Amino acid sequence: EKIWSNYVKNTPQRTKLLDAFLAFLAVVGALQFVYVILVGNYPFNAFLSGFSACVGQFVLTASLRIQTNPENQNEFKSISNERAFADFVFGSLILHFFCVNFIN
Amino acid sequence: MAAAVGEQFLKGETARNTRGLLRIIILCTIAAAAVSSRLFSVIRFESIIHEFDPWFNFRATKYLVQHGFYSFWDWFDDRTWHPLGRVTGGTLYPGLMVTSGVIYHILRFLTFPVDIRNICVLLAPGFSGLTALAAYLLTTEMSTSPSAGLLAAIFMGIAPGYISRSVAGSYDNEAIAIFLLVFTFYLWIKSVKEGSALWGALTALFYGYMVSAWGGYVFITNLLPLHAFVLICMGRYSARLYVSYTTWYALGTLASMQIPFVGFLPIRSSEHMASLGVFGLLQIVGFVEYIRNQLPSRQFQTLLKSLVVLIFVVAFGGLVLLTVSGVIAPWSGRFYSLWDTGYAKIHIPIIASVSEHQPTAWPAFFFDLNMLIWLFPAGVYMSFRSLKDEHVFIVIYAVMASYFSGVMVRLMLTLTPIVCVAAAIALSQILDAYLVIETPKIEGAKSNGETTKSAASTAPTLILDPLRSTRSPLVGIYSYISKATVVGFASVYLLLFVLHCTWVTSNAYSSPSVVLASRLPDGSQHIIDDYREAYYWLRQNTPDNAKIMSWWDYGYQIGGMADRPTLVDNNTWNNTHIATVGKAMSSREEVSYPIMRQHEVDYVLVVFGGLLGYSGDDINKFLWMVRIAEGIWPDEVKERDFFTPRGEYKVDDEASPTMKNSLMYKMSYHNFGNLFPAGQGTDRVRGTRLPSENPQLNTIEEAFTSENWIIRIYKVKPLDNFGRDHFSATAFEKGNKKKRASKRKGARVLRVE
Repeated sequence: EKIWSNYVKNTPQRTKLLDAFLAFLAVVGALQFVYVILVGNYPFNAFLSGFSACVGQFVLTASLRIQTNPENQNEFKSISNERAFADFVFGSLILHFFCVNFIN
Repeated sequence: MAAAVGEQFLKGETARNTRGLLRIIILCTIAAAAVSSRLFSVIRFESIIHEFDPWFNFRATKYLVQHGFYSFWDWFDDRTWHPLGRVTGGTLYPGLMVTSGVIYHILRFLTFPVDIRNICVLLAPGFSGLTALAAYLLTTEMSTSPSAGLLAAIFMGIAPGYISRSVAGSYDNEAIAIFLLVFTFYLWIKSVKEGSALWGALTALFYGYMVSAWGGYVFITNLLPLHAFVLICMGRYSARLYVSYTTWYALGTLASMQIPFVGFLPIRSSEHMASLGVFGLLQIVGFVEYIRNQLPSRQFQTLLKSLVVLIFVVAFGGLVLLTVSGVIAPWSGRFYSLWDTGYAKIHIPIIASVSEHQPTAWPAFFFDLNMLIWLFPAGVYMSFRSLKDEHVFIVIYAVMASYFSGVMVRLMLTLTPIVCVAAAIALSQILDAYLVIETPKIEGAKSNGETTKSAASTAPTLILDPLRSTRSPLVGIYSYISKATVVGFASVYLLLFVLHCTWVTSNAYSSPSVVLASRLPDGSQHIIDDYREAYYWLRQNTPDNAKIMSWWDYGYQIGGMADRPTLVDNNTWNNTHIATVGKAMSSREEVSYPIMRQHEVDYVLVVFGGLLGYSGDDINKFLWMVRIAEGIWPDEVKERDFFTPRGEYKVDDEASPTMKNSLMYKMSYHNFGNLFPAGQGTDRVRGTRLPSENPQLNTIEEAFTSENWIIRIYKVKPLDNFGRDHFSATAFEKGNKKKRASKRKGARVLRVE
């Protein structure tokens, strides 16, 4: 409760946007997992690439969120917000190339 | 004037440029040294592929260059493992072949039509130059000293521990894998330091390349999580670690799964579970850390910490449960034998039979790394003193690699990079202390009060310390003599290191195993080229699809040089098939002939060193054949039968009857006694007399014997025209039937059809 009010009050708009995206990714990943449990994992590579696309995108977005958080400014001295975003794009492109390649 | 010029070069912008230029020149020189010290074998002999495994890589590369990438990717090779074939595209690491294929096409594009063989031969020296560069980059990340990186580069460039697997002509996976290993580590260190997703993604890309190149990528998959885990346990979790590790894992795992040979292994096998576990742990730690920053309560923080530990324990328990229940594959034998060093010898003789899988002896460390091996612990100690995140990595890498290289000779290769880095750190520290740091100015004589003040401010404990050396406030090296002595010794050691490396490379690691060189009494070189003689005989005088049966060591070479189908080869993926060959070699002819017929064998090839004293021949490997066959047919082949009653392994008159009747023995010694005057035949490897009578071959006949009798090829006889078995047929032809045939009827059986 306290965390939540703290969160709503203190978090900047962009970070909230990122968090919404994170939540969406988590939901999509969970849905895929539930589906696999219900139906079985026959095209295993398809499941894996879908699921790991979620996980990878989650992780990359979380990284972007961490890097652009002003509280972490002194951890990432060499990385500006724009650089963090460019890194995010680069990582996502690679991730999606691999996923598309792996899903066959 | 000169001093002024010197001043100008040592300070300011010009000095930086000069140093940069010097650095580039030094690195280029190191790369040149690294390349040229690997060319001994090409200059002495010729530009050919050495050893056994590289012949397959060469053959695959030729296939790739001829047929293009896609048909290489799903290449079904029907000329190995004869009845079975091998799905080559899915059972090799394609990185090496693709790399040289790309180089080949680039050179074509630049209108340098270079033969693919020369690219394959010179790939390893070329990449060793890059490895030296990668070692330079890695070490400059580790140490602030300007010389450490350059020292590491030169160590890496010429250390025999690495040269041994990367001389020109050794076209093996390690040729590019060590470069990728060091470079991946460099990128990882860089990404941990900066906390950048870009470097993490690059780490993942080069990790993927490494996965495509060498099975040793498992070392990286376990070392990076271990580093992250140790950092967490030390309380050094940072957002940088989260960013770099998770980026690496998410992308790197996907990248590694693109390789067909690896496939689903990264989520199914135990070797990869550490990285997954640390990935999960980092998510939890990251989340808890985030929550903790929002909450002031101290009590709640301890609760969160215990929550992390609890989840960790539960996850670990779940992992163990999954492994036990078989969802996750347990450790494969090859890796398991690294922990339980007696495992391979008992359960999988084929792993233990490879000489590279033996424990390392002490001299090998000094032989391969000379002075680096005693600078190595000092370097690790130095890393302990300034224990930053990247130094933790050095320490972990050093410990793990030392252990593994102690268990297995072959893993000396993974130890060499860290030894070079650590030794460079230690030596550069020494050199900095004795070469660079200026002598502190002695102010004590002028103003006592000031000195004591400064001393007290720099080190307040000094006053309490009764030692004389510490009572003096100025710590440093004053005299030029001591500086000169230490620096002089260091440079002498460095020079000796270069001499040692060159000597070792020239004498121990630069001999192609295809060509045997010996020296005549007058010092001139005599080349024994029996291998190629025999392989080319096979290539030119046998039908294109004649199947050759030999022990698996020579499978790749027969495929590469003779271009004939083989039954087994160095890729030992089917143990039973190898055991079949072992059984055929170690049984009586009556037993082996049906086996050879069933497998459509046309020729049998054995290596025999008895005439020349070539010790790596098949009689010396024979016991391994017996053991491997015994693992499958324990009641048909028994190792005990091949020993004399006193338990000796002999080939002379005292040899056991099973030994004398085995196909391998007969093939090796067939007609060998006729070379010598009666009763004086000796086997120069075993150092024994030959038995008085020649072994008789019935089902096969000699087809070719090379000049020095190293390779002997036998042709499997077809079935007898009259339907007799081969023994009575040869007996009939020899004419040793009795003059007067007895009229008595033998015991006949009823004709069935």
